[in-house]
Amino acid sequence: MNEKRIIGNRIVIPIGPQHPSLKEPGCFTITLEGEKVVHAVIGVGYNHRGLEKACESRSFIQTLYLIERVCGICSHTHSTAFCQGIEELSGITVPRRAAYIRVIIAELERLHSHLLWLGVAAHEIGFDTLFMYSWRDREKVLDILAEACGNRVNYGINTVGGVRRDLDDNVIQGISKMADSLENQLKYYLDLVMIDTTLSARLSGIGKLSREDAMKFGAVGPVARAAGISYDIRTIEPYGAYGEIPVKVITDDHADVFGRTVVRIREMLESLEILRFCIKNIPDGGIAVKAPRRIPAGEVISRTEAPRGENIHYIRSNGTDILDRVRVRAPTEANWHGMKHMLEGQYLADVPITIAAIDPCYSCADRAIVINSGNKTEVMDWQRLRQYSIEWYKKRGVDMASVKMPESKAYF
Amino acid sequence: MNILRKAIDWGMRKSPWIIHFNAGACNGCDIETIDALAPRFDLERLGILQQGSPRHADILVCTGAVTLQTRDRLKQIYDQMPEPKYVIAVGTCACTGGIFDGCYCVMGGIDTVIPVDVYVPGCAVRPEAIIDAVQKLLDSLKGGKKGGEKNAG
Repeated sequence: MNEKRIIGNRIVIPIGPQHPSLKEPGCFTITLEGEKVVHAVIGVGYNHRGLEKACESRSFIQTLYLIERVCGICSHTHSTAFCQGIEELSGITVPRRAAYIRVIIAELERLHSHLLWLGVAAHEIGFDTLFMYSWRDREKVLDILAEACGNRVNYGINTVGGVRRDLDDNVIQGISKMADSLENQLKYYLDLVMIDTTLSARLSGIGKLSREDAMKFGAVGPVARAAGISYDIRTIEPYGAYGEIPVKVITDDHADVFGRTVVRIREMLESLEILRFCIKNIPDGGIAVKAPRRIPAGEVISRTEAPRGENIHYIRSNGTDILDRVRVRAPTEANWHGMKHMLEGQYLADVPITIAAIDPCYSCADRAIVINSGNKTEVMDWQRLRQYSIEWYKKRGVDMASVKMPESKAYF
Repeated sequence: MNILRKAIDWGMRKSPWIIHFNAGACNGCDIETIDALAPRFDLERLGILQQGSPRHADILVCTGAVTLQTRDRLKQIYDQMPEPKYVIAVGTCACTGGIFDGCYCVMGGIDTVIPVDVYVPGCAVRPEAIIDAVQKLLDSLKGGKKGGEKNAG
């Protein structure tokens, strides 16, 4: 639905849900005055699959694999958060070697996610050479992940009570080799971002989110750290083996897209240090303990540091093997709140890079939220929502009533 | 088969342009699709170019189980593509709904909304499999198949 609408001297441009810049569906309705964005409406929910509800009808082992598919980029962090929650509820301790393996996979995931972001961000600003470079280097990380876990995406290495595969010497040597060659490349990218005037001119001052605003909107991850907030779950609430591993929190005070780029590249260098520490100090021993069949009743909140920021899982168990409630608060969900603030007052040409700079992951973020306004709570069912949208479009001169829903499938 | 159709098929085989749409995937297949265009796998050496607009595209590479919200959009995008057009369903979710089948907001595979020519199962699909799928689709065009009628592989 890419029609333009003109209201006074303002032009409304809907971008998406299918758009050339990002891989995922999201609809941004941008109101322009000249070239300036005066109003931005963020429409998400295209990727809402009803995953949390699906968790309530599956056993916790099945849920683990479903939870891993919340997001294909940061799948390990979701399954780690979920496993940690279940382990805390059932009171089992993960073997130290398994905790180290989890950290290694998590840091490899951070590397591949940030390299992916660097490429996408470079593509947004028309710097396709950097896109190709960083995606070429990302393959090195994916090769290690494929060797360690057997899959390039959705690793499936976590299980309740530990990990499913041990790392052999080949993988460990591969990691140290990869770390050396990647370090050179990353230093080159960091120099490139710091020295290249075109790049810094294109990124500086774009998508400003000051320290106060980042606090106000509850930004997490590199967005918050680029605004000078030293907020990293790996150091605030060390989980798994992070308590034994020195982690340096990378912050920057640019508070714009430039700052976020620098933070992410420096974070990758820090991840390499963590990997080196892990492969040097990885203890011997078992990799998993037996998980109970039933989880004791109770509730737990488990937090991990995803590549994009703080990831929160809330799990409530009723004493059986099927969980009562699983709630996933992915980092992008927290970062969306500041997006409107970042977009308004900018030029249209900076919109794609501003959106890309929070590294949005729609599939992570598209969870259903019920908003309480006063004492009134309302949940629209699909039929009512559809009726509402037909009326909404009718008021604006588009008749969507002719688009029929298939009768064969029952929805609710 | 007339000469014009032959010419179009020949042109398609040489340089099909693809458009990528995420109908509700977890991102796994999407990054692998983009990866297939990146230097390691480099789909462009087969003459394949990614396009932003459906009006320029010949092949719709679609990932993910179709959610209720993307369903109409997927249909619109398919309708906007010029004939002849082909659809590749990338990933188990795109083929059948996969792990999300039965979720309240999920329709099922891509073929519940639009006709699919090639199914590529896998979670996540490897870039090699995507390249193979595209190659199989292009090979099948030699026989003069029409888009949306037969399943190639």
